[in-house]
Amino acid sequence: MVEVPQAMIETATAAADWVVVLPLVLCLMGAAAALMLRKSGGLTFIFAVLIVCAVIACEVTLLLRVFDSGPLSMTMGKWLPPFGISFAADIFGAGFALTAAVVTLAVLVYAQGERGAEDGRDGFHSMVLLLLAGVTGSFLTGDLFNLYVWFEVMLIASFGLIVLGGRPAQLDGAVKYGFLNFLATTFFLLALGLLYGLLGTLNMADILRVAPSANPAAIAGVAALLLLAFGMKAAAFPVNAWLPAAYHTPPAVVSALFAGLLTKVGIYAMLRSLVVLLPASRDLLEPVLVAIALATLLIAPLGAIAETNLRRAIGFLVIGGVGSVLVGIAVPSLAGVSGAGLYIFHAILTMTALYLVAGLIESRTGQTDSRQMGGLYAASAPLSVLFFVLVLATAGVPPFLGFWPKLLLLQAGLGEGSWVGGLVAAALVVNAVLTLIAGSRLWAHIFWRAAPAGALMPPAPPRHTIWLRYGATGALAAVVVAAGLWPNGLFEALRVGAPDLLDPSRYVAAIGLAGGAP
Amino acid sequence: MDYVLAILVGCFVALGVYLLLSRSVIRMLIGMTILGNGVNLLIFTAGRLTREIAPIVPAGLDQPDGPIANPLPQALILTAIVIGFAMFSFLLVLAFRAYQSLDADNTDTMRVAEPVNEPNPPLSY
Repeated sequence: MVEVPQAMIETATAAADWVVVLPLVLCLMGAAAALMLRKSGGLTFIFAVLIVCAVIACEVTLLLRVFDSGPLSMTMGKWLPPFGISFAADIFGAGFALTAAVVTLAVLVYAQGERGAEDGRDGFHSMVLLLLAGVTGSFLTGDLFNLYVWFEVMLIASFGLIVLGGRPAQLDGAVKYGFLNFLATTFFLLALGLLYGLLGTLNMADILRVAPSANPAAIAGVAALLLLAFGMKAAAFPVNAWLPAAYHTPPAVVSALFAGLLTKVGIYAMLRSLVVLLPASRDLLEPVLVAIALATLLIAPLGAIAETNLRRAIGFLVIGGVGSVLVGIAVPSLAGVSGAGLYIFHAILTMTALYLVAGLIESRTGQTDSRQMGGLYAASAPLSVLFFVLVLATAGVPPFLGFWPKLLLLQAGLGEGSWVGGLVAAALVVNAVLTLIAGSRLWAHIFWRAAPAGALMPPAPPRHTIWLRYGATGALAAVVVAAGLWPNGLFEALRVGAPDLLDPSRYVAAIGLAGGAP
Repeated sequence: MDYVLAILVGCFVALGVYLLLSRSVIRMLIGMTILGNGVNLLIFTAGRLTREIAPIVPAGLDQPDGPIANPLPQALILTAIVIGFAMFSFLLVLAFRAYQSLDADNTDTMRVAEPVNEPNPPLSY
């Protein structure tokens, strides 16, 4: 006989624990409701903003609770964890989910400025909420198959967003984006099937418990497949070609949302699965990880220097950022994972802001290629300051947010005390210099040099649309600057949260598997 | 039986990868589907094959009476099939729209987003 209390949860979930899944429920219900409201004129925008604000409120509550009492979990459907699907939030997951929601809010406001009189009839707001649901779910889930499902939610929402408008270039970009990302999730599913066959479980906490006793060679094969799948999602070097082929084709706000969220979810999934779940296999794969990190760090900014299309060049900078996080995965000391986590936080904010600024530049000049731009400093000095600040933040120049994660990663590399650690540290510095060259070159071409002969700027758009767009972009840039100037809170979060990645016992206990019940 | 299915999974994946390496979008799409089905079959096989009965708990009992087939892989596959079908439908429509507006069903000629023979970047600054 099975003792029912051992297999089932018999008490109702405490009301306060609902905060783990509430952001998801809000996003999904909001997306459905926004679809129903689409014929109501401008209402969908207000509705979507309210939903995202509610999500932010939930996630702030969640983050504060995790801060106070450690990781938090909730399991659905009355089944106890290895059977029921768990959601679990630690500082990293909750923090990234909150950052993603903040970025989405900025993007919604910016989009309202750009779309102007266009109402929500095309389903834009629904798809943004659905994308946020996929991203939040990926950050908060405690089950690998569930992670796959959230990846697909995110993917289908991003498919919708990338083709919205239907210009030929968008369809072209969407074909490449669609096929390669679908292929990546298929590889992920393949790895999941093998992992299930080996371990008989896909619950993250349960995997932590049983993986050490499984066949290490087989698990390493699964880890390699996960590395490939998440590497494709994150656009790490050998499988990065889809990103610069697709990210510049949709409207700038959609690129901004993608750049902030999609690759970061991929790299976070890699951090979680390799560093936390399968550390023994990660050690086996370390030479590969180091090589990928080095190649991504060095090749991406070179691509940005060679590129003249503004948003394609920024796409290469996004890839360079993925390389920095890979350093943290390749050198997973406490400083390494802290740096990787902080870099993801920084990249979500900075890359979104950078694409939003690119959108402002494109609408001000009417061009997408930096060869045809010029003299914008005279037309709009604030825009030049915004762009330059964000370039400095991306490169990791001290007063801004990008500096702190790079400092941690450098510490991790040098603290390794081996030539490999020194190599990744050197690559990080070279990456910073190349990024600075690429960014300041773009700045010089767009803002500093005289406008090319015959270039005419479109008339300045109406005031109120400008305010929404500058406001959203400026607010994100302000967060980047402020978090760089006062990073104490972030370091405090890392001090509490980063050890959980290296020693996940608190996480396992939160899910309720500490005793090893079944 | 496991060996037969394992070989079949291998054939599916090989065929899927072969078709994905093609330049024609429709062939790639068919390749994706075959690869996806190979993966579904793999999950099914990984869940251990039995000749036993359906996983139904008889009335009045708390647990099944004797060995049963593993129901979890079936749930996983069902989810994956639904998702795969949605993705396939989207990509099929996308391929059709791309064919209509780009006049290309070949990835080599689909170069609107990344034009070939762009002039070199300026050497100034």
